[in-house]
Amino acid sequence: MYKVKVFVTLRESVLDPQGKAVTHSLNSLNYHEVTDVRIGKYMELTIEKSERNIDEVVNEICTKLLANPVIEDYRYEVEEVVAQ
Amino acid sequence: MKFAVIVFPGSNCDVDMYHAIKDELGEEVEYVWHDAESLDEYDGILLPGGFSYGDYLRSGAIARFSRVMQEVVKAAEAGKPVLGVCNGFQILLEAGLLPGAMRRNESLSFICKPVDLVVQNNQTMFTGEYQPNQTISIPVAHGEGNYYCDEETLAALKANHQIVFTYRNNPNGSLADIAGIVNEKGNVLGMMPHPERAVDVLLGSADGLKLFQSIVKTWREAHVVNA
Repeated sequence: MYKVKVFVTLRESVLDPQGKAVTHSLNSLNYHEVTDVRIGKYMELTIEKSERNIDEVVNEICTKLLANPVIEDYRYEVEEVVAQ
Repeated sequence: MKFAVIVFPGSNCDVDMYHAIKDELGEEVEYVWHDAESLDEYDGILLPGGFSYGDYLRSGAIARFSRVMQEVVKAAEAGKPVLGVCNGFQILLEAGLLPGAMRRNESLSFICKPVDLVVQNNQTMFTGEYQPNQTISIPVAHGEGNYYCDEETLAALKANHQIVFTYRNNPNGSLADIAGIVNEKGNVLGMMPHPERAVDVLLGSADGLKLFQSIVKTWREAHVVNA
């Protein structure tokens, strides 16, 4: 079995209105060293082993549903775990 | 002409859409649940606003995989008019029936108010009853209507006259003031403003009614002898 951590973020070229608001908020809290915040999503997937390659499955899931390739990028980490 | 109003779990403008078609436009209309396996009996497909599947993950992302969406794609390919309003527009984007994607409004606020739109293209099956560059008043009600596409897509939208409505005073940060676009073929329209909420002067504006009348007129000219 696999535990897969998926991180979805807005593409660099896409303005992130939420991130901008949080940057301003941090600056107003006197954290002037914070120059940028990008907000994204974090998802944990539990996936059973199958005959298919895990990377192939995860990439398919990400491009089909978890991320919108028009505005978002994704990356992921796979950890193999023993089934409970 | 017979319309289908597609109802997803979380749709909430379906009743307004139904009312606009039945009572104001005076055409046939039925609600169609998201798991329907055929839209063959309908001449026009309407995807209403709301929060399908709670807007989980992204607006429209889950609704896009509903069973009925396969039929919406078929209807679009067959050249039937397909109109997506607000969440309906977001679903059409997620389904790839229209190019681009929606971001959170620039202000991060949910914006609910009447806005002025400019009819950029009145040569579509949805806008034939409007004058070129006419300004119309239609309400918006959304938190994610900040349209985005890459430069190449924007250039194509402009070249093919696919930008149908623009905001006179951009409320949400939308790229190129875009409020509504059609597909290349011109039979799929997505728009964030709600024409179904502007079909009676009693409610502030009847400017949306012409959109539905345009659809019916185009359909009659193609399907009814001696129309």
